[in-house]
This record gives sequence, structure tokens and C-alpha cells, in this order.
Amino acid sequence: MIRLETMKSLRLLIPVAIFALIGWFLLKGLDRDPKLVPSPLIGKPAPAFSLPVLNGEGNWSPAQMKGKVWLLNVWASWCAACQVEHPLLNDMARNQIVPIVGFAWKDKRDDSVAWLKRHGNPYSVVISDFDGRAAIDWGVYGAPETFLIDRDGVIRYKQVGPFTPEIIRDELLPLLKRLGAR
Amino acid sequence: MIAEVGHFALALSLALSVILAVLPMAGTFMRPSGTARAFTDTARPIAAVLFSLVLLAFLCLSALFVGNDFTVSLVATHSNLSLPIAYRVAATWGSHEGSMLLWVLMLTGWTAAVAAFSASLPHVLRTRILSVMGGITIGFLMFLLFTSNPFERLIPPPADGRDLNPLLQDPGMVFHPPLLYMGYVGLAVAFAFAVAGLIGGRFDAVWARWARPWTTVAWAFLTLGIALGSFWAYYELGWGGWWFWDPVENASFMPWLVATALIHSLAVTEKRGAFRSWTVLLAILGFSLSLLGTFLVRSGVLTSVHAFATDPARGVFILIFLAVVIGGSLLLYAWRAPALGSGSGFALISRESMLLANNVVLVVAMAAVLLGTLYPLALDTLGMGKISVGPPYFEAVFYPLMAPAMFLMAVGPLTRWKQAPLPDIARRLRWALAVAIAAALLQPLTTDAGFRPLAASGLAFGLWIAAGVVVAMLDMLKAPDGRVRASRARLHPASVWGMQLAHLGVAIFVIGVTLVKSSESEREVQLAPGQSIEVGGWRVEFKDLRTVTGPNYDAMRGRFELRRQSDAANTPPRAVLLPEKRVYRAQRMPMTEAAIDRSLWRDVYVSMGEPLTGNDWAIRVHVKPFVNWIWLGCVLMALGGFVAIADRRYRRRLAARDAVSANAPQVAGGLAPR
Repeated sequence: MIRLETMKSLRLLIPVAIFALIGWFLLKGLDRDPKLVPSPLIGKPAPAFSLPVLNGEGNWSPAQMKGKVWLLNVWASWCAACQVEHPLLNDMARNQIVPIVGFAWKDKRDDSVAWLKRHGNPYSVVISDFDGRAAIDWGVYGAPETFLIDRDGVIRYKQVGPFTPEIIRDELLPLLKRLGAR
Repeated sequence: MIAEVGHFALALSLALSVILAVLPMAGTFMRPSGTARAFTDTARPIAAVLFSLVLLAFLCLSALFVGNDFTVSLVATHSNLSLPIAYRVAATWGSHEGSMLLWVLMLTGWTAAVAAFSASLPHVLRTRILSVMGGITIGFLMFLLFTSNPFERLIPPPADGRDLNPLLQDPGMVFHPPLLYMGYVGLAVAFAFAVAGLIGGRFDAVWARWARPWTTVAWAFLTLGIALGSFWAYYELGWGGWWFWDPVENASFMPWLVATALIHSLAVTEKRGAFRSWTVLLAILGFSLSLLGTFLVRSGVLTSVHAFATDPARGVFILIFLAVVIGGSLLLYAWRAPALGSGSGFALISRESMLLANNVVLVVAMAAVLLGTLYPLALDTLGMGKISVGPPYFEAVFYPLMAPAMFLMAVGPLTRWKQAPLPDIARRLRWALAVAIAAALLQPLTTDAGFRPLAASGLAFGLWIAAGVVVAMLDMLKAPDGRVRASRARLHPASVWGMQLAHLGVAIFVIGVTLVKSSESEREVQLAPGQSIEVGGWRVEFKDLRTVTGPNYDAMRGRFELRRQSDAANTPPRAVLLPEKRVYRAQRMPMTEAAIDRSLWRDVYVSMGEPLTGNDWAIRVHVKPFVNWIWLGCVLMALGGFVAIADRRYRRRLAARDAVSANAPQVAGGLAPR
């Protein structure tokens, strides 16, 4: 009888236990705040890869950008935040601020192509990493993410989440100026 | 000066909320005496004064925005000299700080409402409810004052403000947050009922009957708030979608699912005294998910379209608050729930078991959404890789989960409490079943794509629910001689009519979603003025393009004429559509304003993409059949909620003999014994 009672009260503790578990993840999640912890890749050479060009022939690798300052923008057609950010990329492309390489991540070919047709294509080249393997080397954990790579092929800046006009104005543009883009 | 008045009012409110949380609550634990009574009697006046003070602070902030006082940091960052006055008022809650102030305003408003409209509640229960609400208010006021003070000064002031985010400069966005918060915060009332009940260890019909209308109102507002957000996203974000399974959308959807379960479970608790422990847990869960939603939006843990303001310090604060409120109430639940006792038993085929199934499905669906929302975070924390969960997961999981709920929705209201004869139910629903099967078979007529099982089942479910509602309504209106008389409507309580209306709303929603998903068509083309495009039986002609100047933006506005494909070229257009591509001056932010020709049967949606070479533009045209049924369905659901609370029974003083007994006649169920 006593054991039965104990069982019953233990059952009532399940909600608290679940909440404690979620709370622990949330606490850890705070540490993980993208704005507090920059990518460990900053200051390191950009990881190499060779990936097929979306809607084109052959493969493409970051080595082809040697000597240029450029952006690598990770996006996907299923990513809502990418759509919010996209007009800003289009704007940058139109004003020829910096070459942007599109990194179509974990997506389907048709979806990616249709998405670019719909929202405009600010990219000088778009490469596809549909199984997401190359993205692992880059430490990509969500879309959109954007990397800034300098003339020597070193990652200098990482934007997690969508760009905003403020971030572009206050962080990206000054940094581009310092690195001597275009 | 105004800013200081507002700031001071908030500080005073914090002091008052502490008193409200402590003094009356202490009074309920003292031996009955004049002092105890004096303590508990403070609850209602304090609730009223607290609301007035927060309202004063809110009006101060509004006045600062209307007057464009750029010495206040919040105004300088969220307003602009050329921002129209209506949006200056709305900018009050267009920022993190302002929206938290709105939250507190709603919370103290609900508290004052409970104080004002609960005269027939037992004195101790009412006092404790108000105290618990006061406790929640402490947390939010501290959050506001210590991490997000809206009245912070900015010296020297800038010449002009940075303007409100253009996405928010829209009527839909003006009303979306207040409605949503009414719902979120309204769940705090249900929560306070649960906690106060747990403290007293008493859950009877009085408790359930009083918790019901408050929960229903909160649920109705939540429904409207979510629907308006979706409606806004549809026309303002310019890509024609209406739900994205974005973390913040999920954060509002999870409390909705639980609140939906709660209003059903409360019905059982009120009528049959059963499910008490479960009802209490749902009440706690609903508000907990509201708080979790706040945490997700405000802490920046998840990146999302909505992540306007993120600050880890705020995240830590909310997390501590979460731990106190949710952890504390769940521990209280674990401690007191054994004392709640259980209600009367019921058979496998009964209204109770239908509602139990409904509850299980809704809570499992909530868990699935929660899992999808937090999964990337959990995996990352465990160092197991970094992933994103997109709409494909939610769509794959959600529909199969909802299918049994949709099936039971027609059956449940026709089933008697305690025990129901299965053949009788089958006989009543045979016509509904025939309608549903016919709908499934006729599905290929709605699209060119032929028979699609998913679409067919969606239509079948939608019509099954609708037909179930019609059957139930006819039953209610049937006189003993078998004739249907409208005059019999008033023999049934408003809550039953509200339920039927809300269920009809679900049917319309399901039909809308199914038809949009299965037979929408869209085309993207490069178009110059003078050219036209044909989509889904419609012809859209690009007439011309002009520059227009708005108060705080410049825009290119296209003029498009809409005709049926079968119309002759010289017939007058059926509609003229004027989509715009705007650039807001202060933030240099481009915005797409879609133009939509709406009707009950279809929307024609034109939006302008990017300018291409020469005069060409990327133009996108959607034809979306039945898309408005989605929001129409939501409005009917909310309307059903408001009809339900008009029920007179909720305003009657309850006598002790009203307590639930297993054999009380169940007229309210819609199936009076004939």
C-alpha cells in the first residue's frame, strides 16, 4: 500500500522533472547565445570544400576567391529568416558592395532555384550543399549565417541569424572598409 | 517630466504588487478575525489601483511617442518625425520595452477584472487568486524596471528618431500584439485559479464553473491574436504564405493547443467532477507555455523572424522567473494533487472518453511542436551536431496527430456523458459520413492535379465536422413531435451554441487549409508594363509603373488590371491592383506591399519582386482559392468562445446544492434526454 502511494506521488513529479530538463537546456542555450560566442573559426583560414554549382556546370571551391574580400551566405528555401534578410543582400549586390557567394544548405534543387527566382539572386555564384556535410566544417548551425572572408582566405566575421540594416551599417560596412573590399 | 511620472508610476506599481502578493494571501491563512478580514479585504482595492498606475505609465509612454520626445531613448529608436500619428501610438508597443509594458498593463487589467467581476466567488478563493496574480505582476514589473526600462533618457537627444521597423507599420501589426497578449496573459487567470485552488486543496464545480469563462475569453483572444498575426504575415511579408512554423509562431501556438485542451477538460470538471487533477495541470501548463514563449522571443536563444530584441541578461532574468513560477507551481501540484480526488467513472463510449482523447491528442501535438522548436537547441547543447527543424517536420507530424481529433470532433458533441450507445451515435452520424465520403470522392474536381489522398481526406474531415455540427444543431432544435423549431434555440445554454459555432469554425478552417494547399497556383515572371500573365484562370495585365511618395517612404507602385482569362481584352477590369515596392527613408529598408483582390472563394495576390533590366520587374502572382476561409474559421472559433461566455449560468450565484453529483441531469450537453 505504502509502495503504491509512493509510486503515485512520484508520478506527480513527472511534470516538474520535464520542466527541469527543459530549463536546463534553456540555461545552456543562453550560454550558446550566438552574439556572445563568436565562431571559433574567426581568424582561421576558411575550410576548403569543392561543391557543385547550383544551376551550372562543375564544382566551385573557396580557393577561387583568393585575393578578394567576399561573403559566404548560408541560406535555404525553407528558412523564413532568410527571406527577411534577402532584400538587404539584394541591395548590397545592386550597389556592388561585396561579392556574395550563396551557400544553398540542406535543401532541394528545385526549391532553391525557385526561391532565388522569386526573391532575386544577389549571389555571384551559388553552390549547393544539400546533405550539409561541408557546412559542418564551417560550424553552420542554422540559416541564415554569413561569413566574411578576407583576401588571404581568412574568416574575419560571422553573422548568425539575419542581417539587419543596423548590423550592416554599424559592423559589416566598417569592417569591409578596413579590409579594403573592392 | 512625463517620462519621470511614468517611471515613478511603475516603481509604485512594483511596491503595490508586492503588497498584493503578500498581505491578502497572509490574511487567508490567519484564524478568522477582524485583522484577517482587513488583510484579505485589501486585495480588491489594490488590484484596482495597481491597474490605474500601470495604465498611467502606459499613457505616459504613448504621450512621449505621440509628442516624439527624442530625449527618451525608446522613442528615439522607434519613432521618427515623419511617422504618421497612428503608428506613433502603435509604436508604444512596437519595441521590446513597450511590448513588455503592454504585457504588464494587460496582466494588471485582468487582475482588476477578476477583482471586479467575481463577487460570487468564495472570499478566500478570490483573495488568493488576486494574490497569485499580484505575484506574477511582481516578476514582470521587475523585469521591466531592471532590464527593460522604457523610460530611459537619452541626452543629448538626436535631431530625428530612427523610425519604427517598417514591418510593423501596418494596421495588422497595430492590433496583433494586444490581442495576442490578451490571450497569453489571460491564461494567467486560469493559472491563478489553479494555484489558488491547489493552495486550498478544493476543486469543486464552483471552481470549475468560475474558471471556465475566464479561460474561454483568454482562449478566444489568443485565437484572434494568432489569426491576425498569420493574416498580417500573409499580406505583409509578400510571399503569400500564412504559417511558417517559425519558433515564435510555435511559441504562441503551444499555449493555444493547451488552452484548447483546457477549455474541454474544464467542461468535464464542471459537469462531471472528473479530470480535476488533469485540468489543474493543464491550467498551469498553459500559462507556463506563455512564459516559455516570452523567454524564447526575448532571450535570443532561438533565431527567428521575430527576434527583434535579444539580450542574454533578459534571458537569465526570465529563466529565473520561469523557474520560480513554473517550477514552484508544478511542485505545488505534485504536493497537493493527491488531495484532489477523482470524479465519477465513465464508460469507454462516453462524452468523457471523447474529451479525454481530445485532450491527449492536443497535448501530444503541443509536445510535438515543443520538441521541434527546442530540438535544435537540445542537440546543440548535447554536442550532437547542429541542425534546423523546418516546416517539413511539423507538417509531417501535425496532420496525422490532428486526424483523430478531427474525427472525434463530430462524434463528441453527440455523445452522452457517462455512457453512450454506439449504434445510436452511428445512426445519427450516417448522413455526415455520407457527406464526408462524397467530399473525398469529389476532391479531383477542385484541382487539375487529379485525386490527391491528403487533400481528399482534408475535405472529408472538414465536411465531416461541419455535417456533425449541423446534425447536432438540428437535434437541439427538434421539438418532441419531431419538427424543427427555431424557437427552441433558447432552451439550450449559450455555451452549447458557442461550442457548435467554434466547431464550425474548425471545419471552415480545415476546408480552407486543404483547398489552399491542394489547388493554389502561382507564377513568377519577368514583366514589363503592357505585358500580361495568366495564372489559374485569371489574366493580370501590368499597365504602368509610377513613383509615389509616402509620409516616410518612397515607393514604386505598379498598376495591374485583373480579368478572367475568358474575358475579352476590352472588357472593364474586374479589379485594379496596386502593389508597391517601398523603401523607408530612415532605415533604408526595402519593403514589399502586396496587392490582393480578395473574395470568399479566392484571392488574387500580386507582389513586385526586384527591378530587372530596363523596365522589367520580377512579378509574382498567386491565385489562392479559399484562403480567407482560414481566418474566417479562426474568427468563428473566437466568436464561439465569446458566445459561450454569454451563458447566464456563469453569472448566477452558485448555491451549495449545485455541487457536482454523478446523477445530476445533463441538459447542457446538447442532448437532453428525450
